[in-house]
Amino acid sequence: MLNYTLRRLMFAIPTLLLISFIIFAILDLAPNDPTASLPLTIPPDVRQQIRESLGLDQAMPIRYFKWCVQFFWNEPLNILEQWTGWTIGDSENRLRVISWQTRSPVVDLIVERMPQTLWVVGMSYVLGILIALPIGILSAYKQYSWFDQFGTLFSMAGFSVPTFFTGLLFIVIFSVNLQLFPSVYDTTHEVTDWASFWVQVRQMIMPTMVLALFNAAQISRFMRASMLDNLQQDYVRTARAKGVRERSVVLIHVLRNSMIPVVTVIALGVPQVFGGAIITEQIFRVNGLGQLLIVGIQGADIPLVQTLTFIFAVLIVAFNLVADLLYGILDPRIRYD
Amino acid sequence: MTDAPATVTLLQETRHRSLWSDVWAQYRTHKGAMLGTFIFVFIILLTIFGPYIHDADPQFLDIRNKNAGMSWAHPMGTDNLGRDMFAQVLYGGRTSLAVGITAMLLSLVVGTFVGVLAGYFRRLDGPLMRLTDLFLALPLLPLLLVIIMLFRDTLRAAFGPETGIFLLIVFVIGITSWMQTARIVRGDVLALKEREFVLAARSIGTPPRRIILRHVMPNILSPIMVSATLGVANAIITESALSFLGLGFPSDFPTWGRLLFDGANFMTLTPARVIWPGLAISLTVLSVNFMGDGLRDALDPRIRGR
Repeated sequence: MLNYTLRRLMFAIPTLLLISFIIFAILDLAPNDPTASLPLTIPPDVRQQIRESLGLDQAMPIRYFKWCVQFFWNEPLNILEQWTGWTIGDSENRLRVISWQTRSPVVDLIVERMPQTLWVVGMSYVLGILIALPIGILSAYKQYSWFDQFGTLFSMAGFSVPTFFTGLLFIVIFSVNLQLFPSVYDTTHEVTDWASFWVQVRQMIMPTMVLALFNAAQISRFMRASMLDNLQQDYVRTARAKGVRERSVVLIHVLRNSMIPVVTVIALGVPQVFGGAIITEQIFRVNGLGQLLIVGIQGADIPLVQTLTFIFAVLIVAFNLVADLLYGILDPRIRYD
Repeated sequence: MTDAPATVTLLQETRHRSLWSDVWAQYRTHKGAMLGTFIFVFIILLTIFGPYIHDADPQFLDIRNKNAGMSWAHPMGTDNLGRDMFAQVLYGGRTSLAVGITAMLLSLVVGTFVGVLAGYFRRLDGPLMRLTDLFLALPLLPLLLVIIMLFRDTLRAAFGPETGIFLLIVFVIGITSWMQTARIVRGDVLALKEREFVLAARSIGTPPRRIILRHVMPNILSPIMVSATLGVANAIITESALSFLGLGFPSDFPTWGRLLFDGANFMTLTPARVIWPGLAISLTVLSVNFMGDGLRDALDPRIRGR
């Protein structure tokens, strides 16, 4: 197992390097000029100086190498210094990945935006799982009942109706007509007492529910299929035959076995949820990572976009690895060697 | 008296049965799939022939009739510039469906090509599957946004504003959604390659190209058809998402996602502007997904005939 983990990790490193290079190459191939959005009154020689100050006069492999040094070596050192309070080397003059729009280090921007995204996305995923599991279990246990038909329709609708439509529909219904929840997520809001906590809950309900319903739709399908597979197994008949209560047959014997593939599906879905949050954040004006990416793309802020996109890629590779390892840990029949 | 049942079975035996008639018979029993097919065909016919029946110009500005509600002249009302919403939804549907179907065809061609090559030729298997894994590890939505933002202006200059963006969107969606098809096709080809009829074909000296086209391709048609339906749904949603983020088609060239994006700012005033295009996207995708579900059941020989 350890051997397998190490080998997968070793394989993940070149994959990620290649992905970062692909992202960099796409951004570099693009025929656009980061100084294009500056005022036209700037003379050409000053414009050239601006380009040089951004490091654009160097060849593409050199710029890629410098980004790699900054991202893979300098930034981790900075984080280490912040956590431990040590000073490693010449930390004042260490080059960092600087956003062209805001002139501040990209990593600081990301750290600033992370909590909002994690709250909304994380909460919605947890909620989605909590909705999906009972639906999946019940509709498998009562296959072809009205509840199962309803669950099938729910999950079909859930992943067919795009989140940007459900989001807008929620706003029309709950904030425009019923005036129940605010349509804009206020990130400056601080929770100090029960009243402000309630305000926070109310503004989180809509964005989390939109994502949660979407996630629940997919997970409940997997849960149902997995439960159906296991309910027909011989060990279920044996358990029933020896007089185990129906409740523990379903909720202990079958459920625990059915959770194995579902857990890996849940792990695999995490990066996609981050990607999907880009749209939800745009609808509810949550200033999280997705919104940062959109702003960066619109402003041709290449270091920011490069770093953010790469972080999304890291999430995908990491959670793929987690899913594979979880499968091996949860199911002792699977042996990696 | 004993003759009667015998003749009946004889008649049944002689009735012509083919694989596709069996598939169709099974498909017809799936209620959701049949309903989905009807709705999808209806939407396609509506977007093709609708503009001839309801012949309002989607770009005609009628500022005195702005933000109108539903009426016989404007079945879905008008927008803030007095343009007819129904006409816009019909024309938008043409673009959205065209993008969806073309992007699906592109991803199908790429996916099948990669899958067949990887499955049939062992030497290509490793590199092509690593390539597939690499594409699966790319963060697709951010990359799509980046590519469209960066290459939009160049393509617009080269092919004109509408064709340029159409080509770009179809290309990027097609090129980023072929991986599932490739994986499924590869798996099927790997299994088929070991079957006796392929061995027989090879033993009489059939070249690989002919084996693939004549013996392998017809047998992997069913997974390809299922991924085609899923591909259409995926492409329509992706195009709408891109348009919704303001990075798709320009606003004088309506698509469903673009209409939703434009309507979102007027949501409090005229919620119908959000609801109609959103409903169109959702209904189309839902019906296509149901068709895929039914097709998967109909093409699965373990379920068929039960």
